[in-house]
Amino acid sequence: MSDATLKPVATAAAGAVAFPPEAALAPAAGEPAAAVKTTRSRATLTGRIANGNLIGWVVPALIVVIWETLARAGYLQPNVLPAPSAIVAAAIRLTASGQLPESIGVSTLRALAGFVVGGGIGLALGLANGLSRLSEKLTDTSLQMVRNVPHLALIPLVILWFGIDEGAKLFLVALGVFFPMYINTLHGIRNVDPQLVEMGRIYGMKQGELFWRVILPGALPSIFVGLRYALGIMWLTLIVAETIAAESGIGHMAMQAREFLLVDVVMLSIIIYALLGKAADSIARLLERLSLQWHPAYRK
Amino acid sequence: MAIHTATSRRQAAAAPVYAGAAARPQGGASVTLRGLARAFGDKQVLRHVDLHIPAGQFVAIVGKSGCGKSTLLRLIVGLDQPTGGHIALSGAPGGEEEPGSSGVRIMFQEPRLLPWERVRGNVEVGLGRDLPKAERQAIATRTLEAVALGDRGGEWPSVLSGGQKQRVALARALASGPRLLALDEPLGALDALTRIDMQRLIEKVWREQGFTAILVTHDVGEAIALADRILVIDQGTIAADLVVASPRPRHRGDPELAALEGRIIDALFNDQAAGI
Ligand SMILES: Nc1ncnc2c1ncn2[C@@H]1O[C@H](COP(=O)(O)OP(=O)(O)OP(=O)(O)O)[C@@H](O)[C@H]1O
Ligand SMILES: [Mg+2]
Repeated sequence: MSDATLKPVATAAAGAVAFPPEAALAPAAGEPAAAVKTTRSRATLTGRIANGNLIGWVVPALIVVIWETLARAGYLQPNVLPAPSAIVAAAIRLTASGQLPESIGVSTLRALAGFVVGGGIGLALGLANGLSRLSEKLTDTSLQMVRNVPHLALIPLVILWFGIDEGAKLFLVALGVFFPMYINTLHGIRNVDPQLVEMGRIYGMKQGELFWRVILPGALPSIFVGLRYALGIMWLTLIVAETIAAESGIGHMAMQAREFLLVDVVMLSIIIYALLGKAADSIARLLERLSLQWHPAYRK
Repeated sequence: MAIHTATSRRQAAAAPVYAGAAARPQGGASVTLRGLARAFGDKQVLRHVDLHIPAGQFVAIVGKSGCGKSTLLRLIVGLDQPTGGHIALSGAPGGEEEPGSSGVRIMFQEPRLLPWERVRGNVEVGLGRDLPKAERQAIATRTLEAVALGDRGGEWPSVLSGGQKQRVALARALASGPRLLALDEPLGALDALTRIDMQRLIEKVWREQGFTAILVTHDVGEAIALADRILVIDQGTIAADLVVASPRPRHRGDPELAALEGRIIDALFNDQAAGI
């Protein structure tokens, strides 16, 4: 991941634009900026399209239509770029055979397991190092050093250690997810408005209450930036790991299809990855919206 | 004088609206400072401050920027420790008031509201966790009514104006019925009209509750409008200690007050403050 996550949240979010793009919406941690209100007309369809919910789908839909038209007109070779309808047919075929649901299940489970382990440790260490100078002095330097090793560079080593079974993928995903969670949590805690913390003390809040009522909510916008960034890394790592070494999952399905020159299945795998990534990000955004309601940037 | 009509009208309007009054017996804390000193490294900010503030008095502290007003206030409320001398707050039936206890409150130039708590939740912060939830909510609602924000309790702080946020901060400070309220330029960031509004509100709640008020301000006119007594800080000590005897509510146009304002400003700029 890039150094951008070390900068103040707003900049960190801008740095995280590449993956996932929506992270740019993440707000600054301190006093929220004035709410930008857009007038919405819910009544008309044009209103709803302009509203942003549907407008985003216009271009992809157009691309699919053009793609299908070109394929049917014979401009695209089926063994290079199959038509969308062929990919849908492959999806139906593989769903019926049970291979697709099983692969999706296996991959999702892997992703989540790695995410929970790596993200959990990242969150815990970020909180610990944000709250305790001692803990930070003890671990931060070592963590920053390890951070400079691209986790995907460890693949050969990981294969030597774990072979190609589940341990390898869990380890890689957890490692990839760890740093964005750790750094953004740490950053969030550090940047909680010290005036609010002082206010809490003046009003007699004890450590526990101060943490739950002031520090954690203040760090939450930044933690969410880390979470969404981590989700992006999670899928990326899993795709690479499954493509290189796996005996099940979507990556494995794609590699098998490649051997049999089933381009439609390869395309399907790519699309499934994209959809899973999108779904994970949407869930994270929903959680973000629900827990950051107080923030003008998330208010409807 | 036109003051009379205004006086009777305003007094009639001053209904006893304070909410926390029921929750806590009222009265101010007295403040006694003896030989108080505070240095930051080599820099001696406060040298030797001797001061007694009787319970219930409204004291304003004025002085040039950087003269140590905030430092003095933070020492009094226990946010900072003196390097010399000592401080005694008393007046509570149980003896001394501890900083961080509900008897001592401070308000800053920034409202310092928690953006993730609704307005009412922010006021509840002032009540601690000992009271049952329902009672906390009831007191918070009544205190919000006292600052004329009774209908905004369910909103997020970010939708309020600067003056409204500061009123919420005032409600939070008042919710526990403090005996000492320290105010560090609480109106410094507000526009002139909102300031006058807030000054009246602060005066009103002070009269109703009888807490001791210590107001740090840059605005000499504000000090004169509100305080029983004005302290001018210079060179790390109290350079002048003036009593404002005019009856309340006061009017800015009053020639007597204008003369006093002139004297204070002279004291601030002539460094002969002790002579007045
Ligand atoms: N924590 C600190 N460390 C070092 N110096 C400090 C600290 N707090 C205050 N000072 C110094 O003490 C002096 C008085 O500061 P203080 O904030 O009390 O001034 P003030 O009278 O409130 O000024 P203003 O009217 O601008 O708010 C200043 O010179 C300031 O630099
Ligand atoms: Mg100050």
